[in-house]
Amino acid sequence: MSKFLQGNEACVEGALAVGCRFFAGYPITPSTEIAEGMAKKLPRLGGRFIQMEDEIASMGAVIGASLCGTKALTATSGPGFSLKQEHIGYAVIAEIPCVIVNVMRGGPSTGLPTSPAQSDVMQARWGTHGDHPAIVLTPSTVQEYFELTVKAFNLSEKLRTSVILAPDEVIAHMRERVEIPDQVNIINRKLPSNSVDKSTYKPYKVEKDDEVPVIPNFFDGFRFNVTGLYHDETGFPTASPSIVEKCIKRLHNKVGSAYEEIKGIEIDLPKDCDVAVLSYGSTFRSARQAARELNAGHVKLTTLFPFPEKEIRELASKIKTIIVAEMNLGQIRLEVERAVAGKASVVGVNIANGLLISPDPIKEKIKECRI
Amino acid sequence: MSDITNHLRMDKFPHIWCPGCGNGIILRSVLTAIDKLGLDPNNVAVVSGIGCSSRSAGYVDFNTVHTTHGRAITFATGIKMAKPEKTVIVLTGDGDCSAIGGNHLIHAARRNIDLTVVVFNNSIYGMTGGQFSPTTPQNDIAATSPYGNLDNSFDLCELTRAAGASYVARSTTFHATQTPLLIQKGIENKGFSFIEVVTACPVYYGRLNKTPDAVDMLKLQRDNARNIKQWNMMTDEEKQGKFVIGELYNKPAPEYTEKYTQLIEREKSK
Repeated sequence: MSKFLQGNEACVEGALAVGCRFFAGYPITPSTEIAEGMAKKLPRLGGRFIQMEDEIASMGAVIGASLCGTKALTATSGPGFSLKQEHIGYAVIAEIPCVIVNVMRGGPSTGLPTSPAQSDVMQARWGTHGDHPAIVLTPSTVQEYFELTVKAFNLSEKLRTSVILAPDEVIAHMRERVEIPDQVNIINRKLPSNSVDKSTYKPYKVEKDDEVPVIPNFFDGFRFNVTGLYHDETGFPTASPSIVEKCIKRLHNKVGSAYEEIKGIEIDLPKDCDVAVLSYGSTFRSARQAARELNAGHVKLTTLFPFPEKEIRELASKIKTIIVAEMNLGQIRLEVERAVAGKASVVGVNIANGLLISPDPIKEKIKECRI
Repeated sequence: MSDITNHLRMDKFPHIWCPGCGNGIILRSVLTAIDKLGLDPNNVAVVSGIGCSSRSAGYVDFNTVHTTHGRAITFATGIKMAKPEKTVIVLTGDGDCSAIGGNHLIHAARRNIDLTVVVFNNSIYGMTGGQFSPTTPQNDIAATSPYGNLDNSFDLCELTRAAGASYVARSTTFHATQTPLLIQKGIENKGFSFIEVVTACPVYYGRLNKTPDAVDMLKLQRDNARNIKQWNMMTDEEKQGKFVIGELYNKPAPEYTEKYTQLIEREKSK
């Protein structure tokens, strides 16, 4: 079925299609249409919506609902995203699936509430405290917003972790045609079989150092414990250095092992090109146009983290310069520099004033690089 | 007294609480209430925050979540929304639920969502070493009020009642037979129930305020608490330095998740 949808509406459609049946949120521009859409559509599907007293509460309620096996979503923007951070980390360490949409607007602080930005990239990666893994997806079309919402839920269910979907304001509010399939690919969290001994079951027990534990849902008869403290395979707190080390490394390993499934990178490299422009989100269209006009390469990211280090390193060995165009002062550029490790030069086109990046400054930068 | 050991995770003992702490008395009261009601433990979730009292969740054999500081009620709200037919109990402390979590407390009460919140009120932050909390009486000494507490203190029962709770009660650890009954009625109430239990922290609060002996602190609870019936007949002068215990408010009102279920039924048919 083809629909003409706003980005945030496409997110609602994607969430419902993949089986999300709980939403908790707090109003904030420019994400509010997601809450409004969920408030309208969830009860008709037997799901539940709640407007909480703040963003911290919303994130807590999302984790609570997910503990019971209900796929849960919250959506917010800049300042609200900052408030959610503690609980995003809780979902990582306690391994509770959930999806957080952060529609990126201009910051810091209240900043530019109605203008686009891509300045929460590093908050999405490192916002919650501790040495945690992160999965961060970002759409560059309304169609992708729908598809990445589905992907975000599937990754969160499969890997039992919080997944962040970070569109910028333009993608969230733009209207485009979206093809909605009759059925989407749905991955549900693994649950213990009914034949296991519930009284001795260890919810966080794994065999391998990159495995996702098979944690039961609440009220399924297991009566286990969940905590934000480091815990052993029974789910109870421990400060044993060897268990803590194994736990944090496994949280990273399980995400690392699923890299091929998580990654989202498209590389378009014309013959004999010396320069490539890397972009994501609404910056993508300008970057692609600039690249096409000047026979430069183009790289689009739909997964920001885990960062595609290997792919970018390979790219660096084929060209002289990578131009990173983004609506911030150079957040992904630093990741690109790290991945390239001196093999190519990395320069930025950075506009952080609430305006979209047009093709012109990118074209100028391509020309500059060729002098 | 009923046998509550069935509801304890005995392998998690010894607990972390200090000698003389009243938390164990409150935990027993909670378990006695659950036992009296004959609830299937598989259908009960116990949610706690962070602090001494919140370690309770780990010791009891239900579906248990030890959440973040101040936010137990938010997790509990999500659990109740996902599974409205289950019993959801929040075990929290005075700092946890009325300082960092104060906003969640009043809004859960306002919604009249069917949670039973039991606050272990020891008038201090115990786990972090005895700092004053919103319920520390004025002029009392704490690690962060070495010259006497300047803050006014909260009456949590008045607060939650004003916010919309349909059941509000207060007890103390001295009143060990009354407490389980009040908690039991709180669980039975289909709506937001708030039970404050005054408890003793001899190690921090007592030591800093000239009552380092646990038994003396229990005696103070006995001497200063007045049952609601008696309280209502006391003059303002007589109430000075005393506090009221018992069932303070009990007025059933439409419950939040039930209202939502009705909404689903209405909208599904469209």
